[in-house]
Amino acid sequence: MRLRACQRFFILLKKITILVFLLAGFLGFSMSIYMIPPEGLSRSAEAGQGRLVWQRYNCQACHQLYGLGGYLGPDLSNVMSAPGKGEPLVRAFLKSPPSLMPSFHLTEEETEQLMAFLRETDASGSAAPHDFIILPSGMIKNNKTR
Amino acid sequence: MRLPTGERYLYAALAFLCLGLFFGLTAGIYYLGFDNLSWLPGFEMLRPLHVTSIMLWILMGATGCVYTCLSMLDNLYSRGLAAQAQGWLWAIAAAGIFWSYSKGHFGGREYWEFNPVWALPIALAWLLFLYQFLRSVRNIRNWPVYLWMWTSGIFFFLFAFTESYLWIFPYFREHFVTDMTVQWKSNGSLVGAWNQLLYGTSFFLMERISKNTDATRNRLAFAMYFLGLFNLMFNWGHHIYTLPTAAYVRYTGYLVSMTEWIIFARIIYLWKNSLEEGQKHFHYFPYRFLMAADVWLLLNLGQALLMSIPAFNLYTHGTHVTVAHAMGTTIGINSMILFAACYMFLDQGRMPGWFLRNMFWLAQASLLLFWLALNGAGIMKGLWQRDPENTAFAVMMKQLRPFFYAFWIAGLGLAIALGALAINLLRTASTRMKPVMEK
Repeated sequence: MRLRACQRFFILLKKITILVFLLAGFLGFSMSIYMIPPEGLSRSAEAGQGRLVWQRYNCQACHQLYGLGGYLGPDLSNVMSAPGKGEPLVRAFLKSPPSLMPSFHLTEEETEQLMAFLRETDASGSAAPHDFIILPSGMIKNNKTR
Repeated sequence: MRLPTGERYLYAALAFLCLGLFFGLTAGIYYLGFDNLSWLPGFEMLRPLHVTSIMLWILMGATGCVYTCLSMLDNLYSRGLAAQAQGWLWAIAAAGIFWSYSKGHFGGREYWEFNPVWALPIALAWLLFLYQFLRSVRNIRNWPVYLWMWTSGIFFFLFAFTESYLWIFPYFREHFVTDMTVQWKSNGSLVGAWNQLLYGTSFFLMERISKNTDATRNRLAFAMYFLGLFNLMFNWGHHIYTLPTAAYVRYTGYLVSMTEWIIFARIIYLWKNSLEEGQKHFHYFPYRFLMAADVWLLLNLGQALLMSIPAFNLYTHGTHVTVAHAMGTTIGINSMILFAACYMFLDQGRMPGWFLRNMFWLAQASLLLFWLALNGAGIMKGLWQRDPENTAFAVMMKQLRPFFYAFWIAGLGLAIALGALAINLLRTASTRMKPVMEK
């Protein structure tokens, strides 16, 4: 009886030890993501406001950034530097949208903040698959310098 | 005379499923290429209505399952202010979210597009869920694996949900790459958290059906639990392989995701046993949903493993292959487990008439067509993305239209089948009213 109780206790201890190790790793990993931003990009308060405009009008329902978001409209990660597109086209679409896009009537300030956000997104890198190379490990690497 | 706590959540979940099916089908019309859709609410409104309804189906369903299972273990502590407050907080959150969507008030992130103020009642309700749960299980000894899964599911949901709102602080929001990384880290963990709740329920149901208590207490069950937990914590990197985040973040995601091959191999290895077990219990209606969940798990896990290889992910990311995976897991795995639980708890596992038995098969066939159509559209879009000199986006979308028609027709089949199965369960509510027996 005592032996079984002892066995149970050690099994429980083993499970708790694994759990503690996993939790410690998870917290360390999370903190490193929160505290150490990737190099080469600065913070921008205006772009941060633009991010809120993007959310307020739910642009993510139709558009993607780095392939994340909706599927009805095109990915806008690099629209600001795309040949034949760029800022003038984005401004024109906001003023007179194509058939499936709603007319949002953004204020001048909101438009500028949204432009700053899209510029910042564009400056962060390229999201186009053809700009990546495949490494022997199966990992991918962006081959385009911006 | 009123419904027990768990069953109230299950009925609410079924009602949200019906709403989600309606909004999903309506939103899908936007993909069919009609020129004038001014008679419909905007897609930016329909998509969150669909997504939120389905999230509420899963979250309320999972809560209902945990409460009902605990009451079957004679351990549900659900009396008093905390239980009532939890229910009211959910009601306030749901009413606020639907009201704000109907007014076009957004402001949140993908999957939680509502104004962040409505996240507060959800977080508080979940905190009360954690409190109720811990009070209910504190005296149970020698925990089976499903109690471990529910504990980690409830705890990690709360953590990841809070983390998904870090963007409200300028420190996070103003750095684009960190912001996106944290967003998809939390989204990945949220899915992992509700999977823990539902897989735990699945273990509970299997134990009850097979009357084999060893399967939920042996070493293999716990090894699989810890592997699942490990993946919940670290396996979300496949969302952001193209994002210029630190290399160790992407490599961690890649390496951890490859451990899922163990789960995949185990399912294949045990397939014959599962088949024999399935034949034995085939007459039991809830079991059919668990079998269906097993088949969909195999298909979706296989797809997830391929999508977790960055070289492959590069061409499927941002395409409908991702949608196929999300829909395949939400409908094929999560919803099938929830239906198994609902038919067991609300209808005593009775075998229904031929109509509902056929609705089960219609749901499976429609989901297969739905999944294949989305994968087809995704592969086509992937090929389009690969080409640096590709045609305009609108031209590509027009070329995908046959896939979208197949996807919408399959969606109609799914809405009819799952809607009929859900409405049949909702009709049992009047007969389920009974004196409350919970502690």
